[in-house]
Amino acid sequence: MANQTFDAGVQDYKLSYWTPDYVPLDSDLLACFKIVPQEGVPRDEAAAAVAAESSTGTWTTVWTDLLTDIEFYKGRAYRIEDVPGDKEAFYAFIAYPLDLFEEGSVVNVLTSLVGNVFGFKAIRSLRLEDIRFPLAYIKTCIGPPSGIQVERDKINKYGRPLLGCTIKPKLGLSAKNYGRAVYECLRGGLDFTKDDENVNSQPFMRWQNRFEFVAEAVHKATEETGETKGHYLNVTAPDSEQMIERAEFAKELGMPIIMHDFLTAGFSANTALAKWCRKNGVLLHIHRAMHAVIDRHPRHGIHFRVLAKCLRLSGGDHLHTGTVVGKLEGDRQSTLGFVDQLREAFVPEDRSRGVFFDQDWGSLPGVFAVASGGIHVWHMPALVSIFGDDSVLQFGGGTQGHPWGNAAGAAANRVALEACVKARNEGRDLEREAGDILREAAQHSPELAIALETWKEIKFEFDTVDKLDTAG
Amino acid sequence: MAMNPRDMGDYRTQYTLETFSFLPQMSADEVYDQICYILDQGWTPAIEHEAPEKAASHFWGMWKLPFFGMKDPNDLLDEIEACRQAYPDHLIRVIGYDDFTQSQGHNFVVYRPRGM
Repeated sequence: MANQTFDAGVQDYKLSYWTPDYVPLDSDLLACFKIVPQEGVPRDEAAAAVAAESSTGTWTTVWTDLLTDIEFYKGRAYRIEDVPGDKEAFYAFIAYPLDLFEEGSVVNVLTSLVGNVFGFKAIRSLRLEDIRFPLAYIKTCIGPPSGIQVERDKINKYGRPLLGCTIKPKLGLSAKNYGRAVYECLRGGLDFTKDDENVNSQPFMRWQNRFEFVAEAVHKATEETGETKGHYLNVTAPDSEQMIERAEFAKELGMPIIMHDFLTAGFSANTALAKWCRKNGVLLHIHRAMHAVIDRHPRHGIHFRVLAKCLRLSGGDHLHTGTVVGKLEGDRQSTLGFVDQLREAFVPEDRSRGVFFDQDWGSLPGVFAVASGGIHVWHMPALVSIFGDDSVLQFGGGTQGHPWGNAAGAAANRVALEACVKARNEGRDLEREAGDILREAAQHSPELAIALETWKEIKFEFDTVDKLDTAG
Repeated sequence: MAMNPRDMGDYRTQYTLETFSFLPQMSADEVYDQICYILDQGWTPAIEHEAPEKAASHFWGMWKLPFFGMKDPNDLLDEIEACRQAYPDHLIRVIGYDDFTQSQGHNFVVYRPRGM
């Protein structure tokens, strides 16, 4: 606009970035932030500041603003809502035009939305609660290399959750002893075993050595049981070149699945690995070390539902989601909210599950939800009921802690799982009839009977720290 | 409480065939319930059979076509029996085709030939 003049100085953010009349476009990227402003900063000004600092704005006007159409590129705070049960905080809804983000780059989206703005002085704390990715943006992302449907077809496992187990002790085993533990779990009836996230390539067990012994264990168990078996070989490495080198070796050994830690390694490496997996037909299991640093505080950081959405875009076939019932943090409704984001083609707004926007995933494949951490056979009915078939239930201690060892522990879990699926299909209420279903199944499985006896008293009952925002 | 090491059981590796392989052989009534589940989900039931030595391949022989529009679980039980008579030495599995996910919602072996 030729009649604009450059007016140097500082102006209120809300003059440009608070637009309560704005109706978001289908192509806008929408974000919901929970903001606690500094004392004396009005809500609309705080919301506008977040919109500005996460898009086109800076603290003072600059003459170069007049060389472009800032009205087209700016982020807009378009709605403010109270946070139930928290008088100091409020939700700010912000719309960003699609052109602010490089295609197919979760990295770029996060650099904008959770960049400098999180250190902004006018804000006491800030949390990114949810993002609505426009379908046009989703179509630019690679997504899961295989996805639920392709994985099931490859490994020929249908109509039930998959069973896994992280090999323990998580550090210190030699490669051969480690391979033994893998073999025992797989021959006993698990579908997958897993490297602990801490296992990369330490002095006690270098990665080549581990991959070779594990590959022998996987092939032997596959041959003897007639079922497809896999071990998530952790290819997380000090740099991306070594990550790809490890992935190549896993493929060379005929391994169906590898594993990566998407937060500690970073989205750039993760997306590169997802592309490699798509090209090479290898499944990709994703662990989430470091997530609780980012997502656990209810007033600051990024909610896990956002990290989960970002992972689905960056690429992964499995993602850890917590268990609801085990030793790690996780509220049931909130967990179901982001499990939907991993698996469904469309997820409608549902505040009771912490879902702030409708989300259309288009044709992006789904991701298996992984429940892992402090779970055992007694949890099985609840886990099958909560997570449904498109999940991987991982029993680490709950397999290897069996008095007869890993194979018997694996068989106990497999019997319990199948008994629960059968009972569910027959119309029985898994959570109400849990004890009966397990005890009936144990009558034909001494392995399960002993597992039920071993773990009957273990419970993990602490209150959740990061609860959904509700009044009262 | 420390267990006497000699009280431990030995777990013998089993040759299994995926979902429900770790449960006892199902009765006709139990199979009927699973067929009801398939039909209630809106899935299409189907039957496949294969010689045990070729069980590891993705594609088993298909018994006729998937039974599109089948409503009565007893009809599928009859088809399983007809398949068994035609291929008494084959494994037989029941499948529920889910057209929404383009996958199989259910898949379990209902018949193992003698000696398996």
